[in-house]
Amino acid sequence: MNPMGRGGSGGWLADTGRSGDVVVSSRVRFARNLAGFRFPNRAPASERSAILARLKPVVLGSRLCHQLEWVDLSSTTSGHRSLLVEERLISRQHASGKPGEPMHARAVAIGLPDRRLSIMVNEEDHLRLQVIRGGFDLSGAMAEADRADDAIESRIDYAYSPRFGYLTACPTNVGTGVRLSVMLHLPALKITREIEKVKRAADDLGLTVRGSYGEGSEATGDFYQISNQTTIGKSEVVLLREMEHEIIPQVIQYERSARERLVRGGRRGLEDQVWRAVGVLLHARLLSTEEATNLLSRLRLGIALDLVPNLSLSLVNHMLVAVQPAHIQAAIGQELTQDQRREARATLLRTRLGEAFARGRPARLIRPDMPEEPEPPAGPSNRPNPDPDTGG
Amino acid sequence: MPSVKCDLCDAEATVHETQVVHGQVVVRRLCERHAAEVGITAHGVTLPHPPGSASVVLMARPATPTLKCDTCGLSFAAFRQHGLLGCPSCYESFEDKLTPLIERAHQGGTHHIGKSPKRLLAEAQGGDPRALERVLGDARERAERLALLRKQLEESLALEQYERAAALRDELRRFEAQTSGQSDEPGEPQGGRA
Repeated sequence: MNPMGRGGSGGWLADTGRSGDVVVSSRVRFARNLAGFRFPNRAPASERSAILARLKPVVLGSRLCHQLEWVDLSSTTSGHRSLLVEERLISRQHASGKPGEPMHARAVAIGLPDRRLSIMVNEEDHLRLQVIRGGFDLSGAMAEADRADDAIESRIDYAYSPRFGYLTACPTNVGTGVRLSVMLHLPALKITREIEKVKRAADDLGLTVRGSYGEGSEATGDFYQISNQTTIGKSEVVLLREMEHEIIPQVIQYERSARERLVRGGRRGLEDQVWRAVGVLLHARLLSTEEATNLLSRLRLGIALDLVPNLSLSLVNHMLVAVQPAHIQAAIGQELTQDQRREARATLLRTRLGEAFARGRPARLIRPDMPEEPEPPAGPSNRPNPDPDTGG
Repeated sequence: MPSVKCDLCDAEATVHETQVVHGQVVVRRLCERHAAEVGITAHGVTLPHPPGSASVVLMARPATPTLKCDTCGLSFAAFRQHGLLGCPSCYESFEDKLTPLIERAHQGGTHHIGKSPKRLLAEAQGGDPRALERVLGDARERAERLALLRKQLEESLALEQYERAAALRDELRRFEAQTSGQSDEPGEPQGGRA
């Protein structure tokens, strides 16, 4: 199946949402387990199968959304699983399995058509239910996840204790079992080196700041994920209010002021960096995932600051996923070597961005919460010159 | 012998205290600092202990008694090694040892506050006392949670954290209504749903 064809791979990407200039996406995840079964890491294969058999009809029969796609991971290729990881619908751990743990009795249910809801079965916990939305919308994602959780719980008994709350395989998730994450694009805070302050402040508040693909990954392209560490002793409602009304808005404001300072302090220099990125994206013949991500990050900053006309943030959000290795492979439809992928990636970017520039000015992103740009429009020398051979 | 970590921090445990409380063996491993904090000195002075119990403090490392979960057989040592529990009952089996770990990992949180399974709650409010205990705990646990919520509310008001205070007030109202068994959905629903 062509991943670019089915709802554009990550329907939530199309929606840049609130504060889309800084926030890429918001995610809410619930960790839940069935009462009376061992956790997946300790359950033998037969018990994991029994858990799956118990949960499959519950998940599919709970009318969680318009339609659910059920993917039995044991019958998928590693390429298909990588696509789901890149789309952030399953974790790396769920796709690969820990050493000694077979792919056996693992599944994921994906909400259609928008692919915002996903429910992993037999990951670290029996159920990992998540909702992901474009832009800054934690409460929307929370309400959706909460409804799905209630629908499932109406038909099964969760492992729960009044003292410890929802019982999870790892005590770091026990209590509410809720993880709220916001993926932020913070290039200005990175440039001004204020990102370290954000990290320290977040740590003091019981939050973590990590690279965009979660634990242990570097923040390629200045995309950071801020999420809560505390899951017990603080209710999900309190956590949601703190993150949605206090903490994340402060980080957003902090990034916006850093951007304004960058523009004021050296507009030409910033424009130069952004347009150099555009130049490479429109003309390079070989691009690695990391380089493409870094260039798209610069372009994203340029669009958010109105330095680059004719392109939308939603296109960049899409491209950030589309340049990932499994997506490149799937778009071409055959096994590729790393070099072939680099070539295909460069071609894809040239084509898609070239087309977008050539199409002219699309509907602009509406950002009522952003102050008007005081700067006059850029000079004619800044008009892009679409690559003549983008068709190739 | 590999070094054993203190139950309260990452330092090496040099004090091993074995207490027998009402026939139950409770083992604590502490570093020098935390041992001193709870009143154990280098000379092996025993703590005051409740009647009917005995307490022995060993300065040398004893052969570690294997603490295991009755339900799934996971040993606490195995949990310490790979970080994952084996089954829901592990929380009960290892409660004493897990509590300080959980407290450290969650900014001091040791008791759940927040959502509870809705269907179970409805059953409890339908007058099933066993369901009430399963979802909100026995009378003592319910009182503890109420006290904890009130304390957090007072703290947040003192610190002028009004967003947090408002959410805690909602939480408190919901909990009070749930425990009094009057209504199943009095306050604002979970997750800020409209």
